[in-house]
Amino acid sequence: MTELLQQLINGLSLGAIYALIALGYTMVYGVLRFINFAHSDVFMVGAYAGYFLGPKLGAGSIGGGVLTLAGAMAVCAVLGVVIEKLAYRPLRGRSNLTVLITAIGVSLLLQNTGQKIKAVGANPRAFQFPGPDGMTRGLFPETQLHFRSLTISSNQVIVLVVAVVLLAALWWIVHRTRIGTAMRAMSFNATASSLVGINNDAVISFTFALGSALAGAGGVLYAMNYPSIDPLMGTLPGLKAFVAAVLGGIGNLPGAALGGLLIGLVETLVSGTRVSTYRDAIAFAILILILMFRPAGLLGKLRVEKV
Amino acid sequence: MLEVKQLKVNYGAITALHDVSLRVEKGAIVTLIGGNGAGKTTTLRAISGMLKPKSGQILYEGRDITGVPAHKLVGQGIAHSPEGRMVFANLTVRENLQMGAYLQRDKAVIAREEEFVFATFPRLKEREQQLAGTLSGGEQQMLAIGRALMSQPKCLLLDEPSLGIAPLLVKLIFEKIVELNRTRGLTILLVEQNANLALEISSYGYVLETGRVLLADDAAKLRADPKVRDAYLGG
Repeated sequence: MTELLQQLINGLSLGAIYALIALGYTMVYGVLRFINFAHSDVFMVGAYAGYFLGPKLGAGSIGGGVLTLAGAMAVCAVLGVVIEKLAYRPLRGRSNLTVLITAIGVSLLLQNTGQKIKAVGANPRAFQFPGPDGMTRGLFPETQLHFRSLTISSNQVIVLVVAVVLLAALWWIVHRTRIGTAMRAMSFNATASSLVGINNDAVISFTFALGSALAGAGGVLYAMNYPSIDPLMGTLPGLKAFVAAVLGGIGNLPGAALGGLLIGLVETLVSGTRVSTYRDAIAFAILILILMFRPAGLLGKLRVEKV
Repeated sequence: MLEVKQLKVNYGAITALHDVSLRVEKGAIVTLIGGNGAGKTTTLRAISGMLKPKSGQILYEGRDITGVPAHKLVGQGIAHSPEGRMVFANLTVRENLQMGAYLQRDKAVIAREEEFVFATFPRLKEREQQLAGTLSGGEQQMLAIGRALMSQPKCLLLDEPSLGIAPLLVKLIFEKIVELNRTRGLTILLVEQNANLALEISSYGYVLETGRVLLADDAAKLRADPKVRDAYLGG
């Protein structure tokens, strides 16, 4: 029982990170109808942005950690907008396949540029920061919280708190602001949105900024809990977040959040059993099963338009 | 107010409009009639910037607006209520109207326009918080027109407002179109399958056939024209 609860907590914390990444996939799909495969590498850049900004912004304290997180999100937001502008915008109106292949190209570019740059390099780096006493420390101050026989690390709590705050902020932006409403309008009908005066390109840029910022936060949070970062670290979490987005129903925001949590939970629960080494295979088996039995995803709807 | 000169539009290799010229005077209701594939909808789409014309010119209040993208025209006073209505089914009625006023930053003006739309179509007020996708076809048409009105247009392009709508609502919607024209001085370019109804409320009409203007005359004369009666008014 204790072990199950322990795994649930671990799973929620991992799932929250998947959820943050999955939202970016699903939002971009909503407005452009393609899967941005470079998204997983924006996640990686987020972790590196945290790594490089951390020492300058006071990593090791709560305030410094929050600043670093915000900084990494800002870096990724800019990166997302730049990627869209340089790689995807020139292909507007072309077939989705063309854009998809370009996305894979951007993904490879980010991964390999990272390995070439001296400051990043191909070798893994420890996501830790020098403290005043010469010892290394994490991004946030770390302690272990004990409830009876359960152990929760403060990092897990931080992941959950940050994820909840960001999800709430995202909900507010999408449902309560003018640009968020425009995002929803455009994702339903991009012709109609331009007819009411919405600049679709501006909405797309905004969507990339938003999704990439969430991926950046995900990258930092992931690195806090699995503190070894390298230029290829985005691939597997990125793919799983993609599975999460499809599981929830691609294009559906609550679906992506739910899908992320479920994939995280399944993965940790499987890790706790004898077949633990199959945990990635199980994540992808879930994808195949959804595509077979519920292609629209858990919360997705096959859209019917009234005429 | 609006003048189209020798407009030519292609869809890939197919020419949809060969040569269409027309004029819409300020404050008038002008209608385009014609069969399926005559180029009525294409003409509206080219005017509102949804399609880039191959050649020809579109003048609005004396300015050349040929090829200006749709989202930039809205601010100049042209609103397009498109074929198939295209309401945002995933948004509430109210959000749809707010999106119609997307370029308007003044909340007081948005509220005033919203009041006007609700006064024009009280049914929308009753459904304010409902998702637009749950509305009936007629209500969606009211919403599409209402959304177009939210941008405070001087010129309204209205595509097939009667399509697939209960006859009673068609009558109501056409009364409102006339009312908007009379009370607001709204200039309207109307595309309509129901030629009888369209010519009844219009001052001038164009008959399109396979991408060309076949006839152009006062609406009353078109209604009396035996050729038009045979082909488009059901004898």
